Amino acid sequence: MLRFILKKLLYLVPTMFGITLVAFGFIRLLPGDPVLLMAGERGVSPERYAQIAAQLGYDKPIWQQYLHYIGNLLQGDLGNSLVTKKPVLNEFLALFPATVELALVAIIIATAIGVPVGVIAAIKRGSWFDQLSMTAALVGFSMPIFWWGLLLIILFSGVLGWTPVSGRISLMYFFPPVTGFMLIDSLLSGQKGAFASAVSHLILPSIVLATIPLAVIARQTRSAMLEVMGEDYVRTARAKGLSPRRVIGVHALRNAMIPVVTTIGLQIGVLMAGAILTETIFSWPGIGKWMIDSISRRDYPVVQSGLLLIAAIVMIVNLLVDLTYGLINPRIRHK
Amino acid sequence: MSLFSTRLLAASAFALMAAAPLHAKTFVYCSEGSPEGFDPAPYTSGTTFDASGHAVYNRLVQFKPGTTEIEPALAESWEVSEDGLEYTFHLRKGVKFHSNDKFTPSREFNADDVIFTFERQANADHPWHEYMAGITYEYYSSMEMDKLIKSIEKVDDYTVKFTLNQPEAPFLANVAMPFVSIVSKEYADTLEAAGTREDLNNTPIGTGPFKFVAYQKDAVIRYQKNADYWGEAPKIDDLVFAITPDASVRLQKLKAGECHLMPYPAPADLDEIRADPNLKMDEQAGLNVGYLAYNTTVAPFDNPQVRKALNMAMDKQALVEAVYQGSGVVAKNPIPPTMWGYNDTIEDDKYDPEAAKKMLEEAGVKDLTMEIWAMPVQRPYMPNARRAAEVMQSDFAKVGVKVDIVSYEWGEYLKKSMEEGRKGAVILGWTGDNGDPDNFLSVLLSCAGANPGGANRSFWCNEEFSDILAKAKSSSDHEERVKLYEEAQVIFKREAPWATLAHSTQYVPMAKNVTGFVQSPLGDYTFEAVDLTE
Repeated sequence: MLRFILKKLLYLVPTMFGITLVAFGFIRLLPGDPVLLMAGERGVSPERYAQIAAQLGYDKPIWQQYLHYIGNLLQGDLGNSLVTKKPVLNEFLALFPATVELALVAIIIATAIGVPVGVIAAIKRGSWFDQLSMTAALVGFSMPIFWWGLLLIILFSGVLGWTPVSGRISLMYFFPPVTGFMLIDSLLSGQKGAFASAVSHLILPSIVLATIPLAVIARQTRSAMLEVMGEDYVRTARAKGLSPRRVIGVHALRNAMIPVVTTIGLQIGVLMAGAILTETIFSWPGIGKWMIDSISRRDYPVVQSGLLLIAAIVMIVNLLVDLTYGLINPRIRHK
Repeated sequence: MSLFSTRLLAASAFALMAAAPLHAKTFVYCSEGSPEGFDPAPYTSGTTFDASGHAVYNRLVQFKPGTTEIEPALAESWEVSEDGLEYTFHLRKGVKFHSNDKFTPSREFNADDVIFTFERQANADHPWHEYMAGITYEYYSSMEMDKLIKSIEKVDDYTVKFTLNQPEAPFLANVAMPFVSIVSKEYADTLEAAGTREDLNNTPIGTGPFKFVAYQKDAVIRYQKNADYWGEAPKIDDLVFAITPDASVRLQKLKAGECHLMPYPAPADLDEIRADPNLKMDEQAGLNVGYLAYNTTVAPFDNPQVRKALNMAMDKQALVEAVYQGSGVVAKNPIPPTMWGYNDTIEDDKYDPEAAKKMLEEAGVKDLTMEIWAMPVQRPYMPNARRAAEVMQSDFAKVGVKVDIVSYEWGEYLKKSMEEGRKGAVILGWTGDNGDPDNFLSVLLSCAGANPGGANRSFWCNEEFSDILAKAKSSSDHEERVKLYEEAQVIFKREAPWATLAHSTQYVPMAKNVTGFVQSPLGDYTFEAVDLTE
């Protein structure tokens, strides 16, 4: 098992190296450059442009810039944002917990609802429940997120007044970020009502963010279950006279979960990279919107180092998924 | 500073606040974006200035609320020498800087702070010039303060003398702008000693109406009223910026009572806002202009007759209705009507396709095909350039001119549109920096502006026009300046280097119980005068 992990970790090195190349090259391939965008309609004189480019090191050949970037990276320096002038790592660490919190709650919702719905739909294949839930899943999967988020805000926050419109906690609560996770920090603050406020602020964004993964997980679970239910060992289990609950819960579900876990893992990876639309609609201070803003402003250091950090996290999550996979599927472990 | 110690400091700041009781009057502003930082000097966006320059700081002089006129601020009075080269500012006494948990000022504001504020931007060798990696002072250099100011001299603790290289009337308006907000030198010295220089940008100390309390990135900024404010103290106790990037969500927050005031409503939401009994809306013509700039150096657009004819072929009223959807007015001059020096006697070219066709024929123009450039982004002065270009395309087709619409990525667009020999006419616009007509006319239409790095995208260089601008710029007689700018607009209209399209309207929706908010023609959002009634 240890060797398995080490081998996987070793694979990360060349991948990370490749990502630095892609991230560095990709943002520079896009037309437009940060100095011109900063100058805007006013324009910038050629002398001033040269001066700023020299100060930022953008007057050097591109390979030198890359080597410089890699050199700094190896010393743990991810660079400073061209826009805010602040270290990229500090910005990332300030924003990332918000993204993780939202992503985890969303994936919990998606799994907690998606898996049982998929299982029931598979068992009662062709029933009204199957038809209804799979149609709903198809709709959920094709939902335009921006529209869906606004619709929920207008209905639940605007018309009914049940949930807050946006933000992470009511503005009346004010305490230092200890972990960056609002659910935990609100509890630690000891302020009355803070935790409830944090929960109420999470409801709509996590439902919106969970919509697509929920649909994917439900459909994946259903098809995996259907496949497994036709297998010989399930028939054998039935023939042995095991209770239907045991047949489905142990023999079928455990095997069906293998592809489902992969799906969930991939979804976590995607969500960790930031939910751009959800974060924008709900004014959620996460990394998705941060990256998009940085790309549109050609904030080279943020884009290249931000992508690297996100890629590292996605890969680590995938590694963890691989490990769980090993736990539920012994065949992988023994290979 | 390590992240850990930043956290620790932030935590102690929070602890300090938590000890204070929740104040009665908290005003929440749903701002449209995150500030880039809290030192106003290295940044250029209005969002940053609202959060830093306007809330936390003051300048030597300031814009009188709701106008672009200059009034005293940290300078109580000033004199300009006969030759217009020396500006002597007499500073206000008894002005206190804010304090926070790391800094308590031992002295009041004085000339040292003024000198520090300017020197750190002007002088590349100043120890604070590059206190954060990669910072530049874009506004200082783009307003050409570096070329303008020859020296700054401390006459005594409460008198500062600026000597200029040439007489320049807009100088006073420049020193009212946020990038020269007065920073405490003593605070800088304290940070220097503690080895935490970047806190000048993280935890600002100013003399302004509000003290900075805390910023949670991309989420919330908190301020507290400055009870020692030298001007009239704010009526609200706490000011909160709830950062809400999406316009529809801002409106939902306003309707739900989660904030009291919001900027930049979506045009499609205006009717809904007007119909809401709990909201009210302030509207004002913005200090901006949207235009179509011909390249006056390329045939046939080097002929004023041709440019004039095209302007007459354009149904501007219809264009403004289609593009601005009721949130703009047709422009006849290159400067907006709220600006002093606006010449209202000028008559716009009448929409007359028949006459336009004739004029083109007289000019010998036949089967003309031209490019119209549509910018890829939305700006306050131009909500939908593509739509505007389409309207022009169909209007010009009626006089026999074929239009190809082109567009580029925004940075490229700005660059390519300033390239010599550019084909086609460019849709663009401008929002005023300091309310001075020179800030529109010189930047956008002077001979100097047509050089590389300028912003004169018609490449129009009219000696008569540029001479008038130069004369107006060096005159300190306001009445004379008004006359000169009025004259300049007559030449502009005659020569038609642009089709002036529209001035967009600024809308500020707010809760019914908000009082005292005064819209700034410069698009600033300031809250020292606001109050909440029961």
